[in-house]
Amino acid sequence: MRPEVTTAVQPLAVKKQRRRVLGGLGLSLGYSVSWLSLLVLLPLSMVFVTMAGLPLDGIWKVVASRQVLSAVRLSFWTAAASGVVSTVSGALLAWVLVRYRFPLKRLVDALVDLPFALPTAVAGVTLSVLAGPSGWIGKPLAAAGVALVNAPAGIIVAMVFIGVPFVVRTLQPVLQDLEPETEDAAESLGAGRVQVIRRILLPATGPALVTGFTLAFSRALGEYGSVVFMTGNLPFRTEIAPVIIKAKMDNGAYAGAATVAAMMLLAAFLLLVALSGLQNWQRRRTE
Amino acid sequence: MRGAVNERRTEPPWVRRALTTVALAFFVLLLAMPLIFVVWSSLARGAAAWAAAVSRPDTASAIRQTLTVVAWVVPLNTLFGVLAAYAITKFQFRGKAVLTALIDLPFAISPVIAGSIFVFLLGKFTPLGGWLESHGIKVIFSTPGMVLATTFVTFPFVARELIPTMQAQGIEDELAARSLGASGWQSFWRVTVPNIRWSLLFGVVLCAARAMGEFGAVSVVSAHVSGETNTLPLQVEALYSGLDVTSAFAVSSLLVLMALLTLAVKAGVEWRYRRQEARERA
Amino acid sequence: MITRLNRLLVTAILAVSAVPGAAPMVAAQAGTGAVSLLNVSCDPTRELYAAYNKAFSAYWQQKTGQVVTLRQSHGGSGAQANAVIQGLEADVVTLALASDIDLVAARSGLLDAAWQKRLPENSTPFTSTIVFVVRKGNPKNIRTWDDVIRSGVSVIVPNPKTSGGARWAYLAAYGQALRRPGGSDATARAFVTALYRNVPVLDTGARGSTVTFAQKGVGDVYLAWESEADLVKKQFGEANFQTVVPAVSILAEPPVAMVDRNVDKHGTRAVAQAYLEYLYSPAGQEIAAQNFYRPRDQAVARKYAANFPAVTLFTVEEVFGGWARAQKIHFDDGGVFDQVYAP
Repeated sequence: MRPEVTTAVQPLAVKKQRRRVLGGLGLSLGYSVSWLSLLVLLPLSMVFVTMAGLPLDGIWKVVASRQVLSAVRLSFWTAAASGVVSTVSGALLAWVLVRYRFPLKRLVDALVDLPFALPTAVAGVTLSVLAGPSGWIGKPLAAAGVALVNAPAGIIVAMVFIGVPFVVRTLQPVLQDLEPETEDAAESLGAGRVQVIRRILLPATGPALVTGFTLAFSRALGEYGSVVFMTGNLPFRTEIAPVIIKAKMDNGAYAGAATVAAMMLLAAFLLLVALSGLQNWQRRRTE
Repeated sequence: MRGAVNERRTEPPWVRRALTTVALAFFVLLLAMPLIFVVWSSLARGAAAWAAAVSRPDTASAIRQTLTVVAWVVPLNTLFGVLAAYAITKFQFRGKAVLTALIDLPFAISPVIAGSIFVFLLGKFTPLGGWLESHGIKVIFSTPGMVLATTFVTFPFVARELIPTMQAQGIEDELAARSLGASGWQSFWRVTVPNIRWSLLFGVVLCAARAMGEFGAVSVVSAHVSGETNTLPLQVEALYSGLDVTSAFAVSSLLVLMALLTLAVKAGVEWRYRRQEARERA
Repeated sequence: MITRLNRLLVTAILAVSAVPGAAPMVAAQAGTGAVSLLNVSCDPTRELYAAYNKAFSAYWQQKTGQVVTLRQSHGGSGAQANAVIQGLEADVVTLALASDIDLVAARSGLLDAAWQKRLPENSTPFTSTIVFVVRKGNPKNIRTWDDVIRSGVSVIVPNPKTSGGARWAYLAAYGQALRRPGGSDATARAFVTALYRNVPVLDTGARGSTVTFAQKGVGDVYLAWESEADLVKKQFGEANFQTVVPAVSILAEPPVAMVDRNVDKHGTRAVAQAYLEYLYSPAGQEIAAQNFYRPRDQAVARKYAANFPAVTLFTVEEVFGGWARAQKIHFDDGGVFDQVYAP
């Protein structure tokens, strides 16, 4: 007997009755909201308070500074690129894990979560040595003239490392829940495999793909530990925004750091709103 | 239906093999190789050197410091996670969507920003920080600051694990318990909690793992005093900067072990969960 | 059933956390007169103070019977100065340049503005300079400053905004161009512009650059502290790297100071004073020389003369009119370095 999912709008009387019967709403909600405000909202608001420590033209100088804009731009495009790579490769990995059989599959499935559980600094140090000119992967690449460390490519690699698990774990349940009957029916009606993929599988997994991309992207955007060891931190070329923030914090330029942080928060927020809008549109289309 | 495998073989075998090969190659290059590399590098100078690096007083202190931070962060976030998930999934109220979105907020914020905001709030020259300082309470550059920053970063973990599970379970069991005369507390401890034990365990483990590994946020609020305020990830960075790469990898291997343990727990939890579901369906 | 396991787990974690909570209490009760000193230092001095601290604690125990625990914090000089300002309770600061300690004094009032006169030699017990580190065989044949700005040469140097060593390197480059016959601000600026165009990575601290150059194998030449150069050879093999000492370089004077308000608060003034003074003693100077810092003590310098080739050295005072001016003109926001770096 499947439990009822309580999402539908219910008559007020029922709601009130449930509140009275179940009890604990006041305590749980009150605690949650206070804790959330104290720990999350209050400190976050300090970004804007601290930023206000600068006069308006000071704020503009930081925002419009070519170094900061460069770094924010780099952070965004590498995160977006890594999001795309993560989505494609994560989708492939999820597909293979759900649909095919191969040796050690359970092990592979378990290890997909590794970047999720591994400390970012360890990932960063390891990737940077591995991909460096003397590492197992970096050496052959260097011979081919490809530099990973100290280049945007390296940043993207580190971001993909931490982004792939999100995509795989978002897609797996969706792929698992796909009913084989739909595909069977389509095929019995004469659809080729490619058509099946285009018209059935892609729309079904579309929302999950967008969610996966969003998660991978927003995680990659703010990532520090894994990326900082890979990047060369060259202003205008390989400096990412979190590094600028940390540098300003280190130098005591708190208002400047807050300004850059505010820029990143705002841009990320706008992007997430856009992506969430895309998801809603998709969902409405398929309903 | 978690864990079940939907295997169908409607692609020609060569396509299957090709896709599998590509996926596995990607997996090995990106995910497996770093793992192997850490283990290999940490033993590069022999097992004795590994043992020496791991048993250094600096390392022991880093382990202690990491555990201290985790010991504060996990209970705090678990308490919040359970209460927030309870409120969100068992009731209807205005602003529920906003609350749910806000809980996810720390997930999308860079750890460096997460650390910085506590410096903005509690640094020496802020009103709040100055007051604490005058009473001899050190927050920034000391353990409390690190606890706060880590709590912020791992804030959503437990709640996010619990919400889907509790959502799917609904309120029938609790209503049944109440109708049988149980009090609110009894219904909570004897009905709600046991129902969510696997998700709760996994959320706690995930929160602990992330808290142990946090780097960016604590890097901003830490004093980088080796042997004192350095957590394990900070110690890895310190060793790396001290040109002692083998020791850095040795300490990293401890963190890798912890990560693998997390993954093993998750696999175990999922397996038990699947068994529990199968039993309930039978 | 499993909730009990859960609660057990949580209780276990909490119990373990009690251990570190107990430790300070134990330590406080332990030695009567056990004392602890925090030395906030710059990036490349890790090995130096590891050795020095051992020697000093042995010396102090022998002299006074008191056990002193010496704690170290390392990072970019500017970052460390800021940490002290923001409340990191350093008993002594041993940073890369006087300007950073001046900053601490000015912004926090934790030590006297006239701190530099309180110890001999402007509070710098040892000096260093900036040299070139190149790879085995010097394949790009880098011998002079002009070789460093050749196209196709990749130069490693840290970020002047966060690293003290980086500022010494920048001023060395700028200064030697300025001092040449026919040199002017314009030519010096052109020189550093060309230099930074050859830099692929800007690490936050000197040690970061050492890792990049020696560990990660990036770059053809590293503009390093002399002490770092020798450390690279020691750690990574004499055969793999060699030091090229340019004809002209800058006299780098990393100063040390006691943080008055903190030592009075901790009751560690006597130990801190002794700690700094011991740096000037023959034993302290030997340790410095062994870690490739140029000692002030002439006898020790003569003994280790082989480590320190002769270089024509100029000071910041001579060429730039002092650190305050140099910091303002070159390293503040919008200064020459920022202009050099704008594409």
